[in-house]
Amino acid sequence: MPRVHDRGGWPDAGPINKAEHDLSMWEKRTDALLMLLARPTKRVLRVDELRRAIESLAPDAYEKLSYYERWITAIEILLIEKGILTRTEIDQKAEEINIHQS
Amino acid sequence: MSAKFKPGDKVRVRVGSPPGHLRTPHYIQGKTGSVAAVHGTFRNPESLAYGGDGLPKQFLYLVCFEQTQVWEQYPASRQDRLLIDIYEHWLEPA
Amino acid sequence: MHEHEHTHDAHAAITEKNELTYYEKRVYAIQSLLVEKGIVTADEVRRAVEDMDSRTPALGAKVVARAWVDPAFKARLLADAKAAVAELGIDTGALSTLVAVENTEKLHNVVVCTLCSCYPRSILGVPPDWYKSLHYRSRVVVDPRGVLKEFGLEVEPNVEVRVYDSTADMRYLIIPARPAGTEGMSEEALARLVTRDSMIGVARARRPSES
Repeated sequence: MPRVHDRGGWPDAGPINKAEHDLSMWEKRTDALLMLLARPTKRVLRVDELRRAIESLAPDAYEKLSYYERWITAIEILLIEKGILTRTEIDQKAEEINIHQS
Repeated sequence: MSAKFKPGDKVRVRVGSPPGHLRTPHYIQGKTGSVAAVHGTFRNPESLAYGGDGLPKQFLYLVCFEQTQVWEQYPASRQDRLLIDIYEHWLEPA
Repeated sequence: MHEHEHTHDAHAAITEKNELTYYEKRVYAIQSLLVEKGIVTADEVRRAVEDMDSRTPALGAKVVARAWVDPAFKARLLADAKAAVAELGIDTGALSTLVAVENTEKLHNVVVCTLCSCYPRSILGVPPDWYKSLHYRSRVVVDPRGVLKEFGLEVEPNVEVRVYDSTADMRYLIIPARPAGTEGMSEEALARLVTRDSMIGVARARRPSES
């Protein structure tokens, strides 16, 4: 039984949805943040760690979350794992953010 | 350190599902192909994924498989191929 | 509406949307905290977003057009893509290695990352949603001709189809075959025929007659 991310050759894969969406600002920031944190000069995270954290999501979460939802979840997991941020401070800061940035 | 394999060598992909991160897709495990290119040495992602240094570096190979060898249902008439980058520790001589 | 005093982003704009989604809040919170702790600066994030925005398939198209008109460049591109595209002022960065493979009359290549979504971002920008989709990742390795057909591309039986599954540091850029009827065209005009999808391998380059 392959792991949920190991997708090659899965049976019952249906037609490919070719619709595309422009990345929203939060998605771009997520991407940019990862690229920044993974830079050799910063080396806060590695892309390999991001992949591993995404792969560690529960199978239904992996399949239900959108691409960048998986990324930001994984980034959060890693930053907490490395003791850089705590869940409490992220939760508190998220509560405080009450304007919409585009 | 020298590469264990060279272009043209027949290799079989090991089978395994060790805990943790790996970059050898399940569908290619146990299959036999041939080395198309030697990419050089790279840190091991299985270790990097957990904050390790990924050393010692591994040779990484581009391995070429005939689709008819990979999938039972692939039409026998096709000469199509599948190419995957595989780390040396996942390969054995075939 | 009121502005939160921890907002560092010079580009923040206030819109009418009422509620940030859970994930939007998460990323803004994380960025905000990382800035507070001096791990990143708002400026760095802004520049990283700008760099991302600057990477589009036009970069890849420029490379392909040059390869079409200049056989020596093509040879260098196939031997060492990173060095070759650097000649055109494109920096592919330190996180991966660009590899160019060419489509010919006898060979059609297509790229996927079945394990995640590895893609030659430095030369094509962000991948389309379908490339990252579970269905594409599942099907293109086992039924590439079926998938190509779904994209409107029929490959002759005597042409070999090769699928590259990007499982490591290599990022594959397909050099589509140069269409017929393009003799004498300028590099700029040729580049306009090179679509993103043709550099992934699910389409051919456009013919001059196609709009």
